[in-house]
Amino acid sequence: MTGDFALRLGCILTAGFIVMALLAPVAAPYSPAAQDLYHGLDAPSAAHPFGQDRLGRDIMSRVIHGARVSLLVGFATVAVSLIAGTALGAAAGYAGGRVDSVIMRLCDVFLAFPGILLAVALMAAMGPGLSNVIIALSLMGWTGYARLARGQALTLRERDYIAAARALGVAPGRIIARHLLPNMAAPLLVEATFGVAAAIVGEAGLSFLGLGAQPPTPSWGAMLAEGREFLLVAPHVTLFPGLAIMLVTLGVNFLGDGLRDWLDPKTPGQRG
Amino acid sequence: MGMARRAPTSARALTSSRRPLTILSMNQGPLLEVEKLRKYFPVTSGVFSRVSGHVRAVEEVSFSINPGETFGLVGESGCGKTTTGRMILRLLEPTAGSARFEGEDLFALPPEQMRAMRRKLQIVFQDPYASLNPRMTVGAAVAEAFHAHNVGAPRDRMDMAAALLEKVGLGADSLRRYPHEFSGGQRQRVGIARALALHPRLIVLDEPVSALDVSIQAQVINLLLSLQREYGMAYLLISHDLGLVEHLCDRVAVMYLGRIMEIAPADVLYRSFVHPYTEALLSATPVPDPSAKTKGAALKGEAPSAMNPPPGCVFNTRCPLAKAECSQVIPPLTSRGPDHLAACIVR
Repeated sequence: MTGDFALRLGCILTAGFIVMALLAPVAAPYSPAAQDLYHGLDAPSAAHPFGQDRLGRDIMSRVIHGARVSLLVGFATVAVSLIAGTALGAAAGYAGGRVDSVIMRLCDVFLAFPGILLAVALMAAMGPGLSNVIIALSLMGWTGYARLARGQALTLRERDYIAAARALGVAPGRIIARHLLPNMAAPLLVEATFGVAAAIVGEAGLSFLGLGAQPPTPSWGAMLAEGREFLLVAPHVTLFPGLAIMLVTLGVNFLGDGLRDWLDPKTPGQRG
Repeated sequence: MGMARRAPTSARALTSSRRPLTILSMNQGPLLEVEKLRKYFPVTSGVFSRVSGHVRAVEEVSFSINPGETFGLVGESGCGKTTTGRMILRLLEPTAGSARFEGEDLFALPPEQMRAMRRKLQIVFQDPYASLNPRMTVGAAVAEAFHAHNVGAPRDRMDMAAALLEKVGLGADSLRRYPHEFSGGQRQRVGIARALALHPRLIVLDEPVSALDVSIQAQVINLLLSLQREYGMAYLLISHDLGLVEHLCDRVAVMYLGRIMEIAPADVLYRSFVHPYTEALLSATPVPDPSAKTKGAALKGEAPSAMNPPPGCVFNTRCPLAKAECSQVIPPLTSRGPDHLAACIVR
């Protein structure tokens, strides 16, 4: 029951943000970059429901456009780290031995750094920018998928259908692609959903520190940073991007929670 | 356990037809010659995963299988019979020993040649639920054999799979269905079709019917027999079911704690066995006659751990005939008649 509710709420929230991001140019009442210096820091009004920032830009339009940045970084990061992590983890678990040792020690090296600190260091080395944010967050995120995929591969490789494929002479790459990956998809999918939320928060954090999206690109994290100075006089500047981050993270996490409950009784591990 | 006790009855109810051993093929030499096969599994313990011992799953196992014959490997669970079967297919790497298949040492073949060799060696697994990929259609599972060895044109492979499925008694509509839509017996038929796809010379049958309902067992056994008559491949039947082995096999090897205790033609083994372990196994098999008295002593206790097998004859701790020297000398397999070997110093 609760899982079903979480799944529905998660779907609605996530789908809402995706639609908002896709339709941003149409949905936003103003251009996110249009300045109106006479009305800097104006409180929410009928014309500007979320108020205006220091340069008089419409915060609602900037929050709507900011969804594009957040979701782009969220999904791109997960796509890169999921593919790389799963491939490395599945290879490590299936091959075992030296391949396993090398890949997992590499994994340990990445895990030894506190996550966001590693990303900050990487950003400092590579310079700011959205594509570098994706690279940094992916380098930080692949280890989770690799460890999960390895664990799955370790149990699955003992299954008789894998032995049957080996006995038939099916090549190792094809065994991983056709027999291992389809049977380990469910837990990875759930993990990936949580990964989207983590990447969105990661991007906000990096942008807040000025290492992410560069002005005038509207990013929720950067908007929080800009509003920080006016927290007491104009709280609306930080309130709305903050709410957006909270809601999208909540929605995606609910989606992941719901997916996990929904997929659980059907995963091969439970059924076998 | 209940299933195993009833199984011999159903096996005997089948059309009893042990084929005469093909004399012709004897001249060509054995199809498979296993020699001094050994498998130790390391046991690790402690923080640094130090190897603290070995499970001696298979020890000095030698036997041969002739073309077209059915060779039985029987023993209690844990005696190493499945491990032996998997090593022959190189699903497990042996610790020592050799296996010559058509004259070539399987364990010395480089990967690419071994892959080619797999056309001739196949396996049917015990658990029909675990042996099929739940996310792959039955047709794709069978057609994978053709893909792996580049047999036939890609667009014909599904038709070839359909023909095979029909051969094992499944309709052509099963092609696009997933394993969970089938019963255990039907899945085992899929497993047989997959093993048959490349026309192997030897199929390892690893407890092929022990996971099935008794009513289904007979059907699957009859299918295996008729396929053997049609294609002439040899079977290595791994089983704990003596009734089934007697019904199907030309020759039988009895294994205990990783070692072969006795090898003989099936009819000889069941009538004039030599080894006390064979006797104990046979007397433990229920006979479908409630008034029949059990001959010989039933086995007492559990088999010793394969990590720490008893010295001398591995059976001496449970043997009713054991003498002092049995715990000192490892008995060699000695000839007890034509094609009959047993490893016992008392008898």
